[in-house]
Amino acid sequence: MNALMAEHGAYDVARIRGDFPILGERVYGKPLTYLDNGASAQKPRAVIDAIRNAYETEYANVHRGVHYLSQRATDAMESARQKVRDFLNAREDHEIIFVRGATEGINLVAASWGRANLKPGDEILLTTMEHHSNIVPWQMIRDQTGAVIKVAPIDDDGALVMEELARLIGPRTRMVAVTHVSNALGTVVPIADIIRRAHAVGAKVLIDGCQAVPHIPVDVQALDCDFYVFSGHKLYGPSGIGVLYGKAALLEAMPPYQGGGEMIETVTFQKTTYAGLPFKFEAGTPHIVGAVGLGAAIEYLGSLGLPRIAAHEHELLAYATERLAALNAIRIVGRAPEKAAILSFTLDGVHPHDIGTILDREGIAVRTGHHCAQPVMDRFDLPATVRASFGLYNTREEVDRLVAGLARVQEIFRS
Amino acid sequence: MELRDLYQDVILDHSKHPRNFGTLGPPAFEARGNNPLCGDRVTVYLTLDGDRVADVRFEAKGCAISVASASMMTELIKGRPLEEVRALFSRFHAAVTAKNAPDAANLEALDGLAALIGVRDFPTRVKCATLAWHAMSSALDGSGTTVKTE
Repeated sequence: MNALMAEHGAYDVARIRGDFPILGERVYGKPLTYLDNGASAQKPRAVIDAIRNAYETEYANVHRGVHYLSQRATDAMESARQKVRDFLNAREDHEIIFVRGATEGINLVAASWGRANLKPGDEILLTTMEHHSNIVPWQMIRDQTGAVIKVAPIDDDGALVMEELARLIGPRTRMVAVTHVSNALGTVVPIADIIRRAHAVGAKVLIDGCQAVPHIPVDVQALDCDFYVFSGHKLYGPSGIGVLYGKAALLEAMPPYQGGGEMIETVTFQKTTYAGLPFKFEAGTPHIVGAVGLGAAIEYLGSLGLPRIAAHEHELLAYATERLAALNAIRIVGRAPEKAAILSFTLDGVHPHDIGTILDREGIAVRTGHHCAQPVMDRFDLPATVRASFGLYNTREEVDRLVAGLARVQEIFRS
Repeated sequence: MELRDLYQDVILDHSKHPRNFGTLGPPAFEARGNNPLCGDRVTVYLTLDGDRVADVRFEAKGCAISVASASMMTELIKGRPLEEVRALFSRFHAAVTAKNAPDAANLEALDGLAALIGVRDFPTRVKCATLAWHAMSSALDGSGTTVKTE
């Protein structure tokens, strides 16, 4: 921590909040307390300005025009690709495929890699804590190929049961698709260990990094993971843009996902030959300015330093966990030893939906529901939880407001 | 609009002590309602006596608004002619989804449901208040299918 501080100076959260125009908004006359970062993060001025600048000064379609603006827009988009590559420490720029979001990235791999590689009886291994977007695409390809889905369980704390996972990885395992951080519980999954075990039997691994990349530095080469996906909007960038990282050799061997412009080399009615990476997987005009905005978000995070952000959020999570645990009738759902920035809980006698409405009137934004992770809710026999998820701009005062809001909930429901 | 207008005592009371909670066996009509967004689930059971609701029960896992609305509904429709039940549902549905607040005459026509009108100012909660009613209506139509509000 001291070395970090020396490099960047102290983590000045008040100054950082000034980078996010929306944090000055008031909700029902109260200051906005935004604790729904796991659903989507707010945008710093650097991202908003980059988007405006792209539209105002360097916008045209990419990769085809010979004219000045087309070249500028192409350069801007490809420079964003390099930033993503650096961010993930990928070996090559063309291993970075721009997609709409993590959902599209997973669907792309399930459909393209899955159709080419899965045979009846082949196994896809998931975990209980996957987001629906890392379940449903695999069910779709299972139904098309006759593959089988296996599910590694979690324990009462919401940690992955590694012995069970190890037992489930076997000679028929072809794909292990697992989240890096659980969106409903905050559990950090030991993906390096999982990747080693999967590779030992020749299986490929896809990591859903949506909830991880805003908090944990990722090095896809050190991890040796085959596919890694994340969404831009959870990383303080725009929605509608996301990233699929894949090892070049795997991506090259995979058939295209969608057909159209940009992804071709030559087209006749008899035969089409496809473009090389990354364009083979980027049919149609991409979200050009979205990519530019994502690049700006990555640069912004770099300026703060991800390890410092992680340290700040870790401190907030510990503080919030301690304060909530001290409240009567609160049950924290997900107490894995390693967690990131997410605090899921229930309150005896009050449905999460009612808690969400009452907190909302206090200006506090939390998520209530099943968090697109119904198997997790079933595992804990809950219909829903309240989820507070922290971002780089949240403060201890905001945790105090959450605690005061919960006291208000209890007051209303006690009457 | 204050929170107290939404969480009135009568609503909290029904949510904590739901009336007519339970099931009815065959030949009762039965229909489920799901709100996939928040996980609210309600099942409504009812039997008919000619063109009247003879008995009605419900089971629910849900928020205070959806449970209270279901409970209040069962009290209101038990023993009532189907025609009145359908008319009450359409008045209630119109009132909670209308742009303008209901006037005194409309409130009067809502019987005991006026307490639920507060959801109008909480648009994300309107579907909680109407879930059981949609399920009841589907049970009456005999379609017995699962209703979703989203």
